[in-house]
Amino acid sequence: MRIGIPAETNAGEKRVATVPEVVEKLIKLGFTVAVQSGAGDAANCSDEAYRSAGAEIIDGASKLWAESDIVFKVAVPTRAEVELMREGGILIGFIWPAQNPELMQQLAAKKATVLAIDALPRQLSRAQKMDALTSQAGVAGYRAVIEAANAFGRFFNGQITAAGKVPPAKVFIAGAGVAGLAAIGTAAGLGAIVRANDTRAEVADQVKSLGGEFVKVEYEEEGSGGGGYAKVMSEGFQQAQREMYAKQAREVDIIVTTALIPGKPAPRLITAEMVQSMKPGSVIVDMAAERGGNCELTVPGEAVVKHGVTIIGYTDLNSRLAKQSSTLYGTNLFRLAEELCKAKDGIIDVNMEDDAIRGLTVIKDGEITWPAPAPKMPAPAAKPAAKPVAAPAAHGSAGAPASAGKVVAFFTAVALLFLLIGAYAPVAFLGHFTVFVLACFVGYMVVWNVTPALHTPLMSVTNAISSIIAIGALVQIAPPTMLGLTRPEGWILGLAVVAIALTAVNMFGGFAVTKRMLSMFRK
Amino acid sequence: MISASLATVSYIGATILFILSLGGLSNPETSRRGNLYGMIGMTIAVLATVFGPRVTMAGLPWIIGAMVVGGSIGLYAARKVQMTQMPELVALMHSLVGLAACLVGFSNYIDPMASLHLSSAEKAIHEIEVYVGILIGAVTFSGSLIAFGKLSGKIGGKPLLLPGRHFLNLIGLLLVIAFGYQFLHAESIDAGMFALTVMTVIALLFGIHMVMAIGGADMPVVVSMLNSYSGWAAAATGFMLNNDLLIVTGALVGSSGAILSYIMCRAMNRNFVSVIAGGFGGGAPVKKSGGDAQPAGEVVPISAVETAELLRDAKNVIIVPGYGMAVAQAQHAVNEITQVLREKGVNVRFGIHPVAGRMPGHMNVLLAEAKVPYDIVMEMDEINADFPDTDVSIVIGANDIVNPAAQEEPGSPIAGMPVLEVWKAKTSIVMKRSMASGYAGVDNPLFYKENNRMLFGDAKKMLDEVLLALKA
Repeated sequence: MRIGIPAETNAGEKRVATVPEVVEKLIKLGFTVAVQSGAGDAANCSDEAYRSAGAEIIDGASKLWAESDIVFKVAVPTRAEVELMREGGILIGFIWPAQNPELMQQLAAKKATVLAIDALPRQLSRAQKMDALTSQAGVAGYRAVIEAANAFGRFFNGQITAAGKVPPAKVFIAGAGVAGLAAIGTAAGLGAIVRANDTRAEVADQVKSLGGEFVKVEYEEEGSGGGGYAKVMSEGFQQAQREMYAKQAREVDIIVTTALIPGKPAPRLITAEMVQSMKPGSVIVDMAAERGGNCELTVPGEAVVKHGVTIIGYTDLNSRLAKQSSTLYGTNLFRLAEELCKAKDGIIDVNMEDDAIRGLTVIKDGEITWPAPAPKMPAPAAKPAAKPVAAPAAHGSAGAPASAGKVVAFFTAVALLFLLIGAYAPVAFLGHFTVFVLACFVGYMVVWNVTPALHTPLMSVTNAISSIIAIGALVQIAPPTMLGLTRPEGWILGLAVVAIALTAVNMFGGFAVTKRMLSMFRK
Repeated sequence: MISASLATVSYIGATILFILSLGGLSNPETSRRGNLYGMIGMTIAVLATVFGPRVTMAGLPWIIGAMVVGGSIGLYAARKVQMTQMPELVALMHSLVGLAACLVGFSNYIDPMASLHLSSAEKAIHEIEVYVGILIGAVTFSGSLIAFGKLSGKIGGKPLLLPGRHFLNLIGLLLVIAFGYQFLHAESIDAGMFALTVMTVIALLFGIHMVMAIGGADMPVVVSMLNSYSGWAAAATGFMLNNDLLIVTGALVGSSGAILSYIMCRAMNRNFVSVIAGGFGGGAPVKKSGGDAQPAGEVVPISAVETAELLRDAKNVIIVPGYGMAVAQAQHAVNEITQVLREKGVNVRFGIHPVAGRMPGHMNVLLAEAKVPYDIVMEMDEINADFPDTDVSIVIGANDIVNPAAQEEPGSPIAGMPVLEVWKAKTSIVMKRSMASGYAGVDNPLFYKENNRMLFGDAKKMLDEVLLALKA
């Protein structure tokens, strides 16, 4: 089947639905790929690059739409674009079915099959590789910090220069979703002091892992709204949250807001007074500008200066990093294509039994199938209940002291044993027994000091040393004769000679192989 | 000729040298000198005996002949053995010590000189010493032979579980005690000989049965346990011969092996008795705790080229080798990759689990053979805290020692076993031949983690491909 990549028509949209590197992979799946001439220009992908990756270049949108079985798009298609679409074709891209009911009707009338990448059931872990919302949010979060750095009049990292000390910039990130986390990582990477907040307390660890500091709202409420999104919080919480934001606004130089609630306008987090309280020259990047903005003074699509604070409300952060966004988006779609075409024969199979594909498919052969039923998730395996098993004592040390009861029992047993031996054993035996017990202790002390890396040489050298048993055979082989005593000489000699030969194998072999091993341990 | 006193003093010197020899192993720097001390000690001990008062010159040709034959076999084996075969060699050597202990015991028993001038109590003690010495020697001998067979693959690794095996062992023990009684009260050497022989056969069978019941991955415990037995056999022989040098040396070796067994058991979070009782894994199907039958998520494969890309972009890499690396003989490829990455400024280190491989310290020896510098080879406790700061962790042919279930699922059969926390790295890559579960028969949730990738194929072949891609 042929995949068509039209040029994006929305104003300011610089992304493209696939890049030459991905085209090669799509062709390996058995598809043919057609790209509208100039589609990738804004994302630094020339027609020539597509052509050498194996794609066909087609002039004009109408021809491309007409000749493609499958169309990959980035932005929500316009009315005019859908007009061009072939009857019964397949469309994959952002649709936002809840916000665009007319578009859905129009597509259904075309008998199309439509997979909305925004309808992906994100809670399926195998869906992550296709999650374009995540990949695009990550890029946008990165770009948001870069935009802030551009508008900010100072360094991000603190420096001590010959001319004096430069304090590091303080950055506050509101919302630690994918975009927020990317922003945290980027700002921390530039050397700023980064704080972040999210209504979902469980992201605190992720914030810390990226080098940020998690700022808590002093109010008890769980803010996880399912599917990895946040939910609307109670009034009491919002009050506490406002106080925290007001405090942060007075302290920090840069605020990046990323707070979104699905299907609702963006929550107002930063009021005009808060903006006023910020230091002159501060920067706010409002990543929620498209949905009304987290800041009261945001002008969507523009950067404005109010009360001495630059408020950036760009809605095209992804297009400002067009090549990166396109590459990630193209890869997401390629992963989706892999799922759709498991046979690698270039034929798409929209398998409605598959949870991920079922969720993505909003129109199947002209029938609206959105919204999909919630995917059958495996019950989240009682994870929080399962407490981590207590870590055992550190390896290499002699371990924690045993309990008093055990120690008493052990010493009682040993004392009894010694009593028994003392009562019955002859004196000669006791001398050897003393030596034996002391040697065990010496061995115990010495061996605990052996580094675990040398345990194999330890075994081979103890092997060699235990060949000392040869002495037992040596003293039997030809002792000074004693008168009046008959020995079964032949037997003893035979046994002793064999025993000596056996132990000699160990004696020489053991030391030699230990030497060989130890000589290999080099720094 | 050396006088009796001089011989005794030489023995003391040899004893000290043996202790120093083990003590030297605390550090790779001092270990080579330690081995030298061991050789000197052994030479002194043997020479002092041969030229001492208890050996006449008539025995010299025999001694030299036996030494030359045995010694050349030993040296040949030491030179030829591959480092991956070290566990086999060590097991084989244990069996030799066990057999020698038996032979010395028998010849001591039939030698009337040994029990000359002994009071009746002393004679009884002496006979017990002979009996016990032969018993330990025989168990060591047959057990080590079976261990050798299992390690070299001549015998299957699956535990052999006879019905009522604990009962069988108990009967064996009772028989050994019964014949021991008969042996002590034997009228003549011939009568005692019968009891002794029967006991030896039972001990041999017991050794076979004990090791047959133990599965492949419990081998580190078995090998170190047999190491310990060979020491006790030497100590028992020392008691029999009234020779303190043998007693001390035997006790050193015995406690060394016992400590190793203990370390290995703790590294698997199992107690010694349950390992020796055998039957873990392979045999009985392992019941899982209810509910979480199948780990959620999907296995994401990765290619050798992509692996190379990940490695190239990483700053910190930790490699976790397991028995699979030894099987595939992949240690040299691992070293080459390590070198290429280190030249690029990547911080590559190794994390070694105490029971990785088939004997204690097996992985360290393999990596040393491949010339991996030992200062980047870390023990589990040294490196476990560093995984969160690691970009890529690579698991080569290991499974249970990196299984997060040990920490996360209290119902898992390996719960509580200390494991290397590879999943805490940004990306973990598991090299494996297939999705088969590890020795413990436990599914590994690591494979299903989001940040885990699977590189399927033979370890050596895949690593060569990774190396090729890295150099390109």
